[in-house]
Amino acid sequence: MRKKRYFGRFAMFILCAVFAVAFLLPTVLTITNSFMTESEITANYGPVFSTDKTQSYQSGFVNLKLIPDKVSFTQYINGLIRSPDYLIKFWNSVILVVPIVIFQVAIASVAAYAFTRWRGKWRAFIFFFYVILMLMPYQVTLVPNFLVSKWLGIINTRWAIVLPGIFAPFSVFLLTKYMRRIPYSLIEAAKMEGAGEWYIFTRICMPQCRAATYSIAILVFIDYWNMVEQPLILLNDPDKQPLSIFLSQINKGEIGLAFAMATIYMIPSLLLFLHGEEYLVEGIANSGSVKG
Amino acid sequence: MIYLIRRGERSSRRCEASMKKIKIKFHKPAPGTLKPKKWDDMEPKTRDLLRSLCFLCPSLLGVIIFFVLPFGVVVYYSFTSSAVSGHFVFLKNFVELFHNKAFLIAARNTLKFSFTAVPLAVILALGLALMLEARIPLKSQFRTFFLSPMMVPVASVVLIWQVIFSYGGTMNQFLAIFGADKIDWLKSDYCLTVITILFLWKNLGYNMILFMAGLANIPKELLEVAAVEGATPSYSLFAIKLRYLSPTILFVTILSMINSFKVFREVYLLTGDYPYEGLYMLQHFMNNTFNSLDYQKLSAAAVVMALFMAGLIALLFYAEDRFGKDVEG
Repeated sequence: MRKKRYFGRFAMFILCAVFAVAFLLPTVLTITNSFMTESEITANYGPVFSTDKTQSYQSGFVNLKLIPDKVSFTQYINGLIRSPDYLIKFWNSVILVVPIVIFQVAIASVAAYAFTRWRGKWRAFIFFFYVILMLMPYQVTLVPNFLVSKWLGIINTRWAIVLPGIFAPFSVFLLTKYMRRIPYSLIEAAKMEGAGEWYIFTRICMPQCRAATYSIAILVFIDYWNMVEQPLILLNDPDKQPLSIFLSQINKGEIGLAFAMATIYMIPSLLLFLHGEEYLVEGIANSGSVKG
Repeated sequence: MIYLIRRGERSSRRCEASMKKIKIKFHKPAPGTLKPKKWDDMEPKTRDLLRSLCFLCPSLLGVIIFFVLPFGVVVYYSFTSSAVSGHFVFLKNFVELFHNKAFLIAARNTLKFSFTAVPLAVILALGLALMLEARIPLKSQFRTFFLSPMMVPVASVVLIWQVIFSYGGTMNQFLAIFGADKIDWLKSDYCLTVITILFLWKNLGYNMILFMAGLANIPKELLEVAAVEGATPSYSLFAIKLRYLSPTILFVTILSMINSFKVFREVYLLTGDYPYEGLYMLQHFMNNTFNSLDYQKLSAAAVVMALFMAGLIALLFYAEDRFGKDVEG
């Protein structure tokens, strides 16, 4: 009996390990392949990405390789030093995403306080409305987004992405759920002592939600760092597009470069992820039901 | 208790207010004396409303300007003949939309994809969560690995998928060992399989965390009692765990449904504007209509989609109401 249980656990472990390898493989491949020379990449992946269609159908298989024959940094040197393009795009990503994260969380925390502190029919309705808005797929909000940016004359500028991003209801929803867990007696006590609303908000509510705010910021960052749809429609100017778009348009002849730049692009979210994984997990876990 | 205090506060305030009124009636206040503050005169209810609006207004204004008003315009567009002249045509745009071949193909493909990928995403994520609940080594590492796809840039995902699933790709290489024929995965009837795998790879981790949170909320005593009473593991899984997880299962289902609409990102980068017919998704339709500037068609499609999603979400709320109570009670 006991032996059987151990066997079951062992089987589970193996299964988990297989899944984990499959999940990790693309990430690891991206990183290791970025250290290959261009000739090695062409030799390995030539059949897939060769521009000559007829030839590709005749030639053999790709050679998916995990470890490069010779570790080289030529791709990084090419991408980062020889041409400033990638650094500019990277900077574009930063100035698009960082304001979105900061202001979305800031505005959301104020709104979440309102949803937590005062309840009523109308506020419940508005909150419900926020949830619906949050769950709408991008295809639905795309047209309204475009119309508004056109009226405001901000189409093809960074504002067209930043402004709707700032007011996205996602973090309002999550923060409200966290804040409603703060014991009401705490707020009540502060009120008895004569604290104003702003004081209660900044000195009592926000310090309690520090971890939550961090986890939401990570989620928002990862979401916008990898955006593709919004810039594709709202930001046609290639000079202002973020690296996430640009990466996907790299010439098929420069696969190695694409891997190297993807690796660099992954670093910020990877660091945030490793640093705040516990918070991130908690943040996801708390998004688990639609009601507050 | 608090309620009582509040009531007392309120009534005493009312008293003061009426006293003030009486005073004013009997002798005029001398010019220069302080007028009673307006803020204090208000009913507590109105005061709270004003206060909450103060805190809410930045977010609410933004949401109204960037989402609500333009969506109203979209609804208006969907009922008119053209944006310039603006004849009211009622349902004509919708009828045309449902006769549009591209839209029908896109809708069919999207639904087909959703209905295969979503159940898989729910079941596999639940399985993973249950496995990670068992006492196995390296648990937290596994969790990290399962979540890692969240961070990989879409572009490199796409590159690797191309390497694996192209005509001369790794998948064909692997299958050739078993003597299978080479196929160009993305341009065959298996294209949806490729996208489903991509979707699962990307979303399983997130769903798994949701399930793990749900599992952690099941009262431990209940499981212990069941074990003492001689319940088999499969019984406690189906009769207790799944029952308690039902709100989570619903939520994950809806969330996966919504995420399945987002898979366009990868499909677009893999295949471009006009992919193999089996992969032509709703977002392709929207993008291509967008490029041809046909706002009427576009608006009608957006409204149809919004209605569909709103229906799904309403279902979620209703179900959570029912099942949530069932579990708590």
